[in-house]
Amino acid sequence: MLKIGSGAGFSGDRIDPAVELAREVDLDYLVLECLAERTIAKAQKEKKQNSTRGYDPFLIRRIKPLLTLIDKKRFTLISNMGAANPSAAGTALIEMAASFNISLKVAVVTGDDVLQLVSGEELVLETNEKLQHYTPFISANAYLGIDSMLPAFEFDPDIIITGRVADPSLFLAPMVYHYGWDQRNCDLLGQGTLIGHLLECAGQITGGYFADPGIKDVPNLAELGFPFAIIEEDGTAIITKPENSGGIINEHTVKEQLLYEVHDPSSYITPDVTADFSKVEIKEIAENKVQIKGGAGKQKSANYKVSIGYFAGHTGEGEISYAGASAYERAQLAGEIVKKRLAAHQVYPQIEMAGVDTLHGVALTVSHPYEVRLRVAARCDTKEQADLVGEEVEALYTNGPFGGGGARKFTHECVGILSTLLSRKDVDTRVQVEVHSIEK
Amino acid sequence: MKNKKIKLYEIAHSRAGDKGNILNLSLIPYQDSHYAWLLQEVTEENVKQHLAHLITGKVTRYKLPNLHALNFVCDSSLGGGVTTSLRIDAHGKSLSSALLEMEIPPPITMKK
Repeated sequence: MLKIGSGAGFSGDRIDPAVELAREVDLDYLVLECLAERTIAKAQKEKKQNSTRGYDPFLIRRIKPLLTLIDKKRFTLISNMGAANPSAAGTALIEMAASFNISLKVAVVTGDDVLQLVSGEELVLETNEKLQHYTPFISANAYLGIDSMLPAFEFDPDIIITGRVADPSLFLAPMVYHYGWDQRNCDLLGQGTLIGHLLECAGQITGGYFADPGIKDVPNLAELGFPFAIIEEDGTAIITKPENSGGIINEHTVKEQLLYEVHDPSSYITPDVTADFSKVEIKEIAENKVQIKGGAGKQKSANYKVSIGYFAGHTGEGEISYAGASAYERAQLAGEIVKKRLAAHQVYPQIEMAGVDTLHGVALTVSHPYEVRLRVAARCDTKEQADLVGEEVEALYTNGPFGGGGARKFTHECVGILSTLLSRKDVDTRVQVEVHSIEK
Repeated sequence: MKNKKIKLYEIAHSRAGDKGNILNLSLIPYQDSHYAWLLQEVTEENVKQHLAHLITGKVTRYKLPNLHALNFVCDSSLGGGVTTSLRIDAHGKSLSSALLEMEIPPPITMKK
């Protein structure tokens, strides 16, 4: 029976649950999904400055505690932590293995970086405009699928490292390789994609991002365990977690994750298949064991989706708090003052009150908070303009209403993300292998 | 008290997801038997009206009778998109709570 674990659901995810999963369960594969859309654009900028960088900054920290377990328990680690520079990630992993005197074979999948292929004439999926309206481009990465990864398994690697690959494909590739699934069988690929989608956010299916005290209680959330799937040859899978780990897996945690970031559930598009989640059957077969079947699919698209990162200006932010009886009124006055002062510099910010309306723009229920934090934010063409936002908020200390405290200011470069399509046949993917061997 | 409305929060849970400037909100009843009631009471129009200040685009509702769940896809709802939005919660992750604040008449079968 094939066992695939999910050891990270985003770039900042916790590290210990992956170690627990690798130690407590006899996994065949452990997948670490760590690459958000914006992360790769930032990594691309880093690579431009230094050709040996541009991979996930947590690469070493995350894989180091797993290294001896890979060596001892012989599972294969799969991760998209290669980000903008999978080759450099491979080299860094080999260097780490050498420093611990451990043998390691790393297969690196490349080809997702398609910046050279983008002309600007392509249409933006979100806005239907030509891409050239959104320059300068920082990065362009195709969402590769299982066909880019499958050749890597032939080398029997300890680690497969990729750049941009569709998240479910990271899980589907080992299923297809292990069972030799026919890639024309769209229903099997759809079911495998479903399992990948359910696992890709790690703790989000084991009770993470679920708890609501008294209503949706999650036992021992502090020691939340990460999930693994036991997958049969026909694609039927049981999703569970290490025994004695914290968290919960039931029908409801599975349903929340099943619809997470899904639009039309009968048409979930990946590079491998157009999956259909509408007829899925979810069954609790034991405590923290849920059986999943009924995922289906249709033929994949002829194009790759490409994620484009572009320079979108600078964001400036400033915050300051007010307390006591008239906290809200003073925060409001402070906001009006800053707005007027920034308008003189052609900066037009968004103004919000934390504790009142920062999350949704308005408060859905009325309350009179003891303290209010004013937040002012604006996106500007230049860094100098963006800096003014925080400076004007800070200046409220001696130039605004009474009793403001705890002012903070931030400015950061803003990377915008858009999508477009590229024909599959224009994208050339490759696998390279790096090895460190020690004498036994 | 006969006509007292309830919040969706009392009978269902939700998770928000983001793709670019498009938001999706799942709506999952705790009891499968409440699915039909949600289907009747929580329409595309109702959701659009409830979140009118946030959703500038179209709301599409997808039904999953097999799973007893609904999925609302809301176009142009994330302040321009995750990466360029000025909102503090640029992903709109907390919008699930905003949906659950919506009020509907209680289902007849509701145990109180």
